[in-house]
Amino acid sequence: MMATPLVVSDVAKSFTMHLRDGVTLPVVTGVSFSIRAGECAVLGGPSGAGKSSILKMLYGNYAVDEGQIIVQHGGGLIDLASASPRTVLAVRRHTIGYVSQFLRTVPRVPALDVVAEPLVERGEDREIARAKARSLLAQLNLPEKLWALPPATFSGGEQQRVNIARGFITEHPILLLDEPTASLDAKNRDVVVELIAAKKAAGVALLGIFHDLDVREAVADRVIDVTAFAAGKIAA
Amino acid sequence: MTDEPLLRVSALSKFYGSRVGCENVTFDLWPGEVLAVVGESGSGKTTLLNCLSTRLLPSSGTASYRMRDGLWRELYRMSEAERRFLMRTDWGFVHQNPADGLRMTVSAGANVGERLMAVGDRHYGRIRATAVDWLSRVEIDEDRIDDEPRAFSGGMRQRLQIARNLVTGPRLVFMDEPTGGLDVSVQARLLDLLRGLVTDLGLAAIVVTHDLAVARLLSQRMMVMKDGRVVESGLTDRVLDDPRAPYTQLLVSSILQV
Repeated sequence: MMATPLVVSDVAKSFTMHLRDGVTLPVVTGVSFSIRAGECAVLGGPSGAGKSSILKMLYGNYAVDEGQIIVQHGGGLIDLASASPRTVLAVRRHTIGYVSQFLRTVPRVPALDVVAEPLVERGEDREIARAKARSLLAQLNLPEKLWALPPATFSGGEQQRVNIARGFITEHPILLLDEPTASLDAKNRDVVVELIAAKKAAGVALLGIFHDLDVREAVADRVIDVTAFAAGKIAA
Repeated sequence: MTDEPLLRVSALSKFYGSRVGCENVTFDLWPGEVLAVVGESGSGKTTLLNCLSTRLLPSSGTASYRMRDGLWRELYRMSEAERRFLMRTDWGFVHQNPADGLRMTVSAGANVGERLMAVGDRHYGRIRATAVDWLSRVEIDEDRIDDEPRAFSGGMRQRLQIARNLVTGPRLVFMDEPTGGLDVSVQARLLDLLRGLVTDLGLAAIVVTHDLAVARLLSQRMMVMKDGRVVESGLTDRVLDDPRAPYTQLLVSSILQV
């Protein structure tokens, strides 16, 4: 495994709002950093500084205007900023995992299968994937009676735990975390801190956004100050 | 997963006289990939689908398909009989209105069995057993097998049409607004069913829809069409979460929030 699986250099992002006379909202510019295997870096800065936008670009969910996102993938290096949709999908399947803030639920799929799905997609046997999903959901204290139900009607904290289990079940070498602890109680926050520590020990490169100071203190090896990449004030 | 596409479309155009149906459409589709084509009525998405499925011949451009034997064939140079055979075996076409894709006056079992007979199966018991199996996969009770689709609800008819299309194990399925005209709860059930079948069978599919939620749930990639042209394409979640083209921004901003 390479020591630095993710290198971001000179990335810029803006939104052009065509419905508002083509006004351009700059988000970030000159974003440059790298993440080493086994470390957890945290994006810091106030709301609106572009932390989530950076994570979304790293996952291919937002387009990149300028710069490169070099990822160690499948034995080579690829630039995610210019990769084809098909390559981005392969990177998501094998290299970059992502725990979003909110769970996007699919009708009728039970929580257990929502969690097991990323492993099944990577070719794991369904029963082995489910067994691993059970153990993660138990570790995150999600009541067992919920496992067979679709998460659409779960509470915010329950959905977030399903989402975390789904994100942590695979062994992606890079893991992006967008406020994974926002709606959790102290006990479950501690579980997430343990899960992150285990990923670090396994050599995963983690990049996250954590507004919770205790969690941030507990997991961050360093903070990347996003205000350094400010692309000017957003004209409202 | 193979590294070769299943379908290669290059500079496809269809004109109706001087009017543009679709113009200069180019893309590749890989095995197991679901591509959504979105846009409002008149954007050319159905014209494109009909050209791709050879129900309509384009004015210019090419489309090549990788056959089961691995050989590439140019679709518009095949004979009518070859195209019909492809359509009956290796392809499926799910119409918005099930009545267009089903025979309404023969039984549900016969609707499914007919496609099997078209590929040469003549064994009645085996055909019936396969039909029963497929009806259950689309959640239709076995005791409805001898009923005509006329007696089915809209959602059941659509599920039957899907079974009829998938029974021959196609590699590519075209879908034209597969959930259009159904109640929301029926839609959700159908979408979930389609999503599961597409994943389990590793199907490639081209889904035409004006419903962005359907596109998000079913597809990995998306093309947005306006006035016959592709105005934006990319990963489905990228196009929906960070739309770049003015028209895509308008479409996305027009979704009603529930």
